Amino acid sequence: MSYLDYKVAQTPTGIRKILYLNWPLVFLILAVAGIGFIMLISVAGGRVDLWAEPQMYRFAVGMVIMIGLAFVPMWFWRGISVAAYVCCFLLLVGVEIAGEIGMGAQRWIDIGPIRLQPSELMKIALVLLLAAYYDWLPLKKVSRPLWVIIPVILILAPTALVLIQPDLGTSIMLVAGGGIVMFVAGVSLWYFGAVIGVAVALVYTVLKSRGTEWQLLKDYQFRRIDTFLDPYSDPLGAGYNIIQSQIALGSGGWSGRGFMQGTQSRLNFLPEKHTDFIFTVLAEEFGFIGAISLLILYSLILGFCLYSALSNRDRFASLITIGISATFFLYFAINMATVMGLLPAKGSPLPLVSYGGTSLMILMLGFGLVQSAHVHRPR
Amino acid sequence: MTKSPREIIDSSRKIGRRGLLLGGIQLGVITTLALKLRSMQVEHAEEFRTLADGNSIKVRLLPPARGLILDRNGFQIAGNEQNYRVTLTREDAGGDVKPVLQRLSKLIPISEVRMAELMEEFSKRSAVTPIILADRLSWEQFSAIAVNAPSLAGVTPESGLSRFYPRAGDLAHVVGYVGPVSDYDLSKIEEPDPVLKLPEFQLGKVGFEARMEDALRGTAGSRRVEVNSAGREMRELSRQEGEQGATVQMTLDARLQNYAAQRMGEESAAAVVIDVQTGDIVAISSSPSFDPNKFVRGISSTDYRELMDHDHRPLADKTVQGVYPPGSTFKMITLLAGLEAGVINAGSRFYCPGYTEVGGRRFHCWSRGGHGSVDAINSLSHSCDVYYYELAQKVGIDRIAAMARKLGVGVRHDLPMSAVAEGIAPDRAWKQARYGQNWQVGDSLNASIGQGYVLASPLQLAVMTARVATGKEVKPRLIRAIDGVPQPVPEFADLGLNPLHLRTARQGMDAVMNASTGTARRMRIIREDWRMAGKTGTSQVRNITAAERARGVVSNEQLPWNRRDHALFVCYAPYEMPRYAVSVVVEHGGGGGAIAAPVARDIMLFALAGGLPPLDAVPDEQRAAMEERHNAMHLLAPEAPRLTRA
Repeated sequence: MSYLDYKVAQTPTGIRKILYLNWPLVFLILAVAGIGFIMLISVAGGRVDLWAEPQMYRFAVGMVIMIGLAFVPMWFWRGISVAAYVCCFLLLVGVEIAGEIGMGAQRWIDIGPIRLQPSELMKIALVLLLAAYYDWLPLKKVSRPLWVIIPVILILAPTALVLIQPDLGTSIMLVAGGGIVMFVAGVSLWYFGAVIGVAVALVYTVLKSRGTEWQLLKDYQFRRIDTFLDPYSDPLGAGYNIIQSQIALGSGGWSGRGFMQGTQSRLNFLPEKHTDFIFTVLAEEFGFIGAISLLILYSLILGFCLYSALSNRDRFASLITIGISATFFLYFAINMATVMGLLPAKGSPLPLVSYGGTSLMILMLGFGLVQSAHVHRPR
Repeated sequence: MTKSPREIIDSSRKIGRRGLLLGGIQLGVITTLALKLRSMQVEHAEEFRTLADGNSIKVRLLPPARGLILDRNGFQIAGNEQNYRVTLTREDAGGDVKPVLQRLSKLIPISEVRMAELMEEFSKRSAVTPIILADRLSWEQFSAIAVNAPSLAGVTPESGLSRFYPRAGDLAHVVGYVGPVSDYDLSKIEEPDPVLKLPEFQLGKVGFEARMEDALRGTAGSRRVEVNSAGREMRELSRQEGEQGATVQMTLDARLQNYAAQRMGEESAAAVVIDVQTGDIVAISSSPSFDPNKFVRGISSTDYRELMDHDHRPLADKTVQGVYPPGSTFKMITLLAGLEAGVINAGSRFYCPGYTEVGGRRFHCWSRGGHGSVDAINSLSHSCDVYYYELAQKVGIDRIAAMARKLGVGVRHDLPMSAVAEGIAPDRAWKQARYGQNWQVGDSLNASIGQGYVLASPLQLAVMTARVATGKEVKPRLIRAIDGVPQPVPEFADLGLNPLHLRTARQGMDAVMNASTGTARRMRIIREDWRMAGKTGTSQVRNITAAERARGVVSNEQLPWNRRDHALFVCYAPYEMPRYAVSVVVEHGGGGGAIAAPVARDIMLFALAGGLPPLDAVPDEQRAAMEERHNAMHLLAPEAPRLTRA
């Protein structure tokens, strides 16, 4: 294996690997999770046991998984990348069939206390496979049409399955995540220009399809678009959440109303305040200072990932790190943009902060890979 | 496939360029987010703060506790009691109230009729107006609803104050009652106080409660509460208590009022007691009465029907609203008019043969045999009608009417009560205006003995008596103190009547009671320091035709109740140092001396004694009946609890 070229003998071994973890990243993750616990206590009205405690338990499991994965050599991940992708794909097909034949509409599988959706797992598996693909593919072939179509199919196949669930948000994240890996791998910018052009045309067509018999989106999805464009068109209906979120967020002001003092959040003006709208609570109670602090922590996580990727001479490891940090970026950017009213309401969690196991586990899994890439980088 | 070190370095650089580009794009997105945050939280924070406060903070009115009404001794006449009720707001119930009502009906009984009424009310009122579903719940019902509140969307259990009249019917007519504010009430008021729109708010509807509304209402308080998006209160931010309405002390004596009501019993009657020195109305009682508490709680249609159909008209206030031909109680007015006009003096005599003929018509005296030669004093003590027929022709109706008005008959007394009648003191101008006819001499004759067009309320008769007793322009009043500040006792102006003429009238009234031939001698008070002067009156409510008279006047007992004569009596005591004036009208009671006088005497004695009339104040033969009556009464105990602020 080519890893011999990287002087594998110089990579740390055994328990010593722990010294080579990307520690700044670990501390940044801990800091963000800490903010999450504080917010979960706040939205529970001071109760720790309601949301914060289970979330701490999950986070502890996640930390163990992350560090455990960091110990696994990088070449193992490359070895299983195809298998992981195929497994996730089969699971997606499986839950789709299970949903179809009426075994209940559940789109997830339970692993002990953790509930994993194959579509979420696919976000990681796709990044893994594409990274392996571009590591394997000679650089000069990267932009050739045949070698572009293959990853596009690899992206669109699971996306199509997720889209018919239907889960538009995850589909978009799969396409964006995969696209980012392709972008970083060096696929010609012309392809991206073409895709964006087609996407714009498609959006136009979709919007045009409204009300016709070949309508391409469900009514509620159209309504989301409407209320995004003008939340005040339906202030007590579909626009309600966004308006209330904006009011709560804006009313936080410079320094916020203080811990557990957010009137809007406290008084149930906000729905799902412990999950999708937790950033609103943070922004209301801790103001601009609190909100921008979280944004800076997220940016630092991205920055350390990017630095780790750029300084890693292994193409596979770099692409994994970039792909996972991009998924992380998409999570928080979509969530924040949604609660601020910059994107239509979609219901996505704030990574490492929102209550819930799925996104936390996926991210910790991903950060495990990022740590593994860091630990096992060629020296 | 193996890679050369060269290839690794190439690919690494490639990732580096694209990686940095991606990092730049991400930084751009993050910067956009940060700028949006800054715009919302720093630049537009104030706008959002305003929106947020408007969203979550509501100002709720606190209805003020209604002012208490006390009697002159501090007994509570009207107070407030705790009332548990539930309201429902349609909007909070999700628009459809039916399922909520059905769930609620498992906790408290809601009849189908009531259900239909409520559904109609909900369809009429705005969705945000809370409607009272049930009132006066027991504590058990109230707590059952409170416990189940989460499953009863829009239902609010509330406790508030509700008006309560501890004396029930004793003062119902004078005090009146409160009730929920109707749309009609609101339409009458310009810029109504917002507190009136609270569903539980009670407004004075009738009587003193209505007339004194401004003083009794108080000022609403307010509280700022945080509400969640479902409108449910989360916590109270600040509270400014309202100010209770003024405590109004009336001139009434609840115990005397209670006695008067019981003394009149089931008779259709009215009694007024005035303190002649101060004008204080010490008792003003109309019988039969009703329980005002039923009106506060919303009277049932059967109860209401019963009150409406009762031929004794319990809802009518006979003391100020009812007007009656005063009959012979009017004779003091005619006499004083004659004396003041100088057409007679105290010693002037008229001959009474039992009738007078004027213009070919015979006007009869009540004594068919006549009274012979009658002077002023005897004209009252015998109540000789012919004397007044003769006098009326000399003095003329205009001067009689002027004297009536001077003494308080035919003028509206300004009392804080409902429908205070003006009565009628007729004169030429009045008849011309009213009927377009000329005044006839016969009209004067009828008016001179308080028949014909003359109408007076029991209040006016009591005022007249008080004015005759004092010679002053006694003005009745009902308010003794507001919030502990005594209302000034007015210095009454002198009527400007010749004291000798007044003395003649008083002597006549004294003779009615105390002369051996007085018409009400049996009802005299034998305690000298309480010596009473009075005048009987029996007023016809039908014309006696010549044919009837020829057959002989039928006695009252043979007539149906509503065609019998009204019995009237006015009196004051003590004779030398007048303290109280009393008037009593017993509708269709029969003879004034026999029916109205004993009621007036007993009420007068209660007022003078400050308690049950002592038996030794009345002649021997009256005592047994009096004692029997007293034993049958359930009177308000003198040591009944004094009230405190509720």
